[in-house]
Parts: sequence; structure tokens; C-alpha cells
Amino acid sequence: MEILVCARRAPDTSENEIALNSAGNDIERDDLVYSINEPDNYAVEEALQIIARIGGHVTVVTVGGEDDEEILRREMAMGANHGVLITDGAFAGSDGRGIAAILKAFVQKGNYDLILTGVQAEDGAAQVGGMLAAMLDYPFASLVNSIEVLEGGKLKISREIEGGNKELNEIDLPCVLSIQTGINEPRYVGMRGIRAVASVPIPSYSAAGLGLEGSMAGAAAARVRRIDYFVPSLGRGAEILAGSREENIEKLIELLAAKGGLK
Amino acid sequence: MARIFVYIVHRNGIAVDSALELAAAARKIDAAASPTAIVAGWGLELDDVCSALEASFSEVWKIANDALVYPNAELIRKALVKVLPSGSIVLVPHEHFGIDLSPGLSIKLNAAYVPDVVAIEGLHGADLKVVRQEFGGQFDAHVRCDISSGAVITIRPGAFKPMESALRSGTVVDKSSDLGAISAGRRYLQTLVAEAGAVDITKENVLVSIGRGIQEKANIGIAEELANALGAAVSCSRPVVDAKWMGKSRQVGSSGKTVKPKVYLACGISGAFQHLVGIKGNPFIVAINKNPRAPIFQVADVGIVDDILEFLPELTNTIREMHRVSAK
Repeated sequence: MEILVCARRAPDTSENEIALNSAGNDIERDDLVYSINEPDNYAVEEALQIIARIGGHVTVVTVGGEDDEEILRREMAMGANHGVLITDGAFAGSDGRGIAAILKAFVQKGNYDLILTGVQAEDGAAQVGGMLAAMLDYPFASLVNSIEVLEGGKLKISREIEGGNKELNEIDLPCVLSIQTGINEPRYVGMRGIRAVASVPIPSYSAAGLGLEGSMAGAAAARVRRIDYFVPSLGRGAEILAGSREENIEKLIELLAAKGGLK
Repeated sequence: MARIFVYIVHRNGIAVDSALELAAAARKIDAAASPTAIVAGWGLELDDVCSALEASFSEVWKIANDALVYPNAELIRKALVKVLPSGSIVLVPHEHFGIDLSPGLSIKLNAAYVPDVVAIEGLHGADLKVVRQEFGGQFDAHVRCDISSGAVITIRPGAFKPMESALRSGTVVDKSSDLGAISAGRRYLQTLVAEAGAVDITKENVLVSIGRGIQEKANIGIAEELANALGAAVSCSRPVVDAKWMGKSRQVGSSGKTVKPKVYLACGISGAFQHLVGIKGNPFIVAINKNPRAPIFQVADVGIVDDILEFLPELTNTIREMHRVSAK
């Protein structure tokens, strides 16, 4: 099976305090650690497990700049066969539809049975996979948390729905799936693995190479654009206990006792 | 002004709670709007949903088709593309069905797509200004959207105060005949209901809930010891389940359990909305997180900026000491 995983590089903001820049149009990125967007990593792992069972190849593609090459190498160190960088200054400012249009042009240059994306990136939009599927007229499923390959060009998949329940579906190939975190346990990538792929050439495509016109992606084509970031209003915020740890514990125990939290 | 439609997600013959929140969001786009409810399904359940909606919407578009007994997003997309006028604004709840349906619907309608909107600031001409959240809720963002060719907008559940029912006597308009034959490359098979765990976190009065801040499986004992001292149970957020450190039955959130405790201790939990929607009943929420920007501090009653791996054991020891003293 030929599998394409659409991935992107993202700052690790899960455990780190991040700040806005002075212009308010972006976060301070200088000190952030970047890696592959976490759900995308689960998608690559899932692709690798599928080809380990039934054979095939995994290609990881990203739309971005030179800095984004590092995630392609990381995923190749995991076992992906190919990494592809799609890069063009004309793509700057693309909205979700623009990114999907770029990926559609790339998909049509290949012959993929299955296209995976992570469920969402740090913008929480969860949009590119579903858009790409609609543009290609492929079936689509979001929030996928298991994949079984069936005979006859079909998959049996489950989707994560409310209450921890799963929705089982059969879906025809080729299709696009957005992968939910927790579907598998992504393998560890060591420095040695990264070094082993450090000099593998990574092909890149530009807008012209994909036959894309300016009206399909980039800032001018974007109908949706972020103007600024701002700090959410703290009107309903918590009372912060700002004493020493000992004082905070004492105060917290008092509060817990009052609220029925102590047995 | 383009016509505004509110897509109604329903289960077992009842519209989900967010239906009237979407109607409220429609009013934020256009205060004079009388949004049209649009409902797809089949049989008596669909009829029940439509008649109930007559009280809140002046017009209810009904799409009945036996292929829509189960809400398959691809089939419903095809149905919507057939019945929606061009340039429509369509509001959909941002939950698992909305995420499945909406991005592709925007492509097929050639409409702009604005996902997971938490506030709507206003419409000037075709320029819609909304608020979204990024970085797991750490920052809000103003987003502008050109809706001159229509828009598909998903609305975060719980973000808008439900529209008060205006006691209208609405009419149901049957749009089923516009459909023709529809088929999909994806077919629903069945729903697997989650197995119950040994501990039912939905029935606990006090929950010690842990998130990514617990860092590794070996540290879960820290939370268990605190829970023991408090007479509480341990629950968790998604990253803990993803890492297979705790079972799915302990997960609080939109894809896990909805809990209704009296006291909720969120320990090392950032507070993404998918987690927060699983906490109901207005409990007393204590947030302990080393990141002072964590969104959990916005919804908690009391916050402590500290490392849970150091704070929780000291809290446990102090509580145990109290128990020892009072037992004497």
C-alpha cells in the first residue's frame, strides 16, 4: 500500500509557558522547541505499522520552509521511506483551503492508496484532511483511532465519538483519514536514527512544479486570516494562591474542607 | 444578507444541547436574522426532532432519507449541497460529527471555512470577525473571514449562551424530494460502547485528575496517594490515556466521561476545551499547574502555580498528618 502522510512542524507548547510578541501578531518563537505536530507523528506510526503488516511505502510531505525539513528527517528516521518538502514564497499566508489545494496538486502527481493527516495542529482547526478529501472526491473520516486493512480495496476503521465510544465504518480506498492521538504508541527516534538519514536528499516542489496558480493558495487566495493574538480575558479567572508552598497547602486544605473535598 | 442555517445534530429523537447555542451565534452574525434549522435523518425520530424545533425556529428544513438513519457525514454533505442556496452561512457544532462534515462541506459549497469559533464580533459587509483559540486555549485570536461566497462555521459547544426560545410556531419544510439517490464511499457499521472501568468516575464526589504534567507512568502513584488521603478517585485528561498510563474509562472530556463531582483537582492539566466540556455540575475546581498561562486557571476557582510532582506529595503528607492528629 502506498501511504502519504501530511505532516507539519509545530512548537511544543504543551508544557511550556509561551508569550505573545510585542506586536501581538504572533507568539515569541525564539526559545521554543519545535518538532512534528504530535497527532501527525501518530499518523506516521500508523502508516509504518500498516506497511509492516501488508507491505508498501510511506511518504511524509510537509508544506513549509527549509526549517521544516527537520521533521521529514525525523519521520524518515522512524522508518518513512520518503520525505517531500513543498515550499514556495507564494504559499505564505495560505488558509486551510490553500494548504489543501497545494496538497491536492501534490497527491495528483503520485499514486497513493491512503492519505493520513493528524487530527489537528496547534491552531485547533482540524480542517485540511477533510478539505483535501473533498477536493479529491475521496471518502474521508476524522478522529480515526483504529485501522484494519480489508480485502477488496477497503478499510475497517473506528472513529472516536462521545463518551469513549467508537463508531465503526467501512471505507473505500483511496481515502483520507485524520488520525487521533493514542491510536498507537509512536516509536522512539534516537540521535543515531536521525544521523543515518541526515544526508538523504529531500526532494522539494514549488508552485510551478506542482502546476499551481496563484489564485489557489497564498495570502491573496485566503478567505480566512488571523489578525492578531490576544490574552483571553481573565474575568472569570481563578483566585491564585500566591503564598509559600506550605501556606498554599494550608489554605487549600481549608478550602477543600469547606467544599466537601476532605473525607 | 445571506440566509443563515443552523445544522441540528440529534440523537434518539432529541436535538443536542448546542442547537440553541448555534441559533444564538447566528444572531451575533446578524441581529435581525431568523436562522433556519436544517435537520437530516429518517423516520419518527426525525419527525420528533423537527416538531420540537418548531418552538425555537420559524422555519425547519427537514431532509428525510432512509440512507440517513445513521448520520454519515459524507451522505449528509451531499444532501446539504443539494438543498442549500448558494452563498448560505451554515453553522455546525464543533464536535465529532461537525469535524467530520464541515471542512468538506465548505469545499463543495465553495464557501469559506471557519472552525471552532468561540465568539463572534460582527459582520461588516462580507467581512466577518470572529474569535478562535489556539495553542490549546493559551491564546485567543481574532480571525477575519470573507463570506461573500458563503461560509461554513463550526461553533464550539458551550461557548454561546443558548438563545431563549421565542415560543414561535415554526413551520417544517420538507426538502427530502430534492435529494435523489445518494451513496457514500464510507459506510457505518456499528457503535462500540466503551467498557466500564473498575472505578466509575462519573459517580465520584471528589476527583484528583491528572494531565500531561504527571510526566510518566511511575508518577501516577503520587495522585493515587492523594486520592486515598482525600477519599477521592483518580481521573485524567487525554494525554495520560494516549500514553496508555491510565484506561479510557478514567478520561474526562468530550471523548471520555462527563463527570459531576463536588470538588475537582486538576493537576498538571492545561485545560483544553475538549477536557473542560467533560466537567459538569459547577464543581469547586482547584488547578495546580507550573505554567501560569495554562487555560485551566481561567475556569478554576482556585489556582496554584507549582510543580505537581513536588506539590502533591507534600499536600498528601499534610492531610495524612491531620488525620493522624485527629485520630489521637
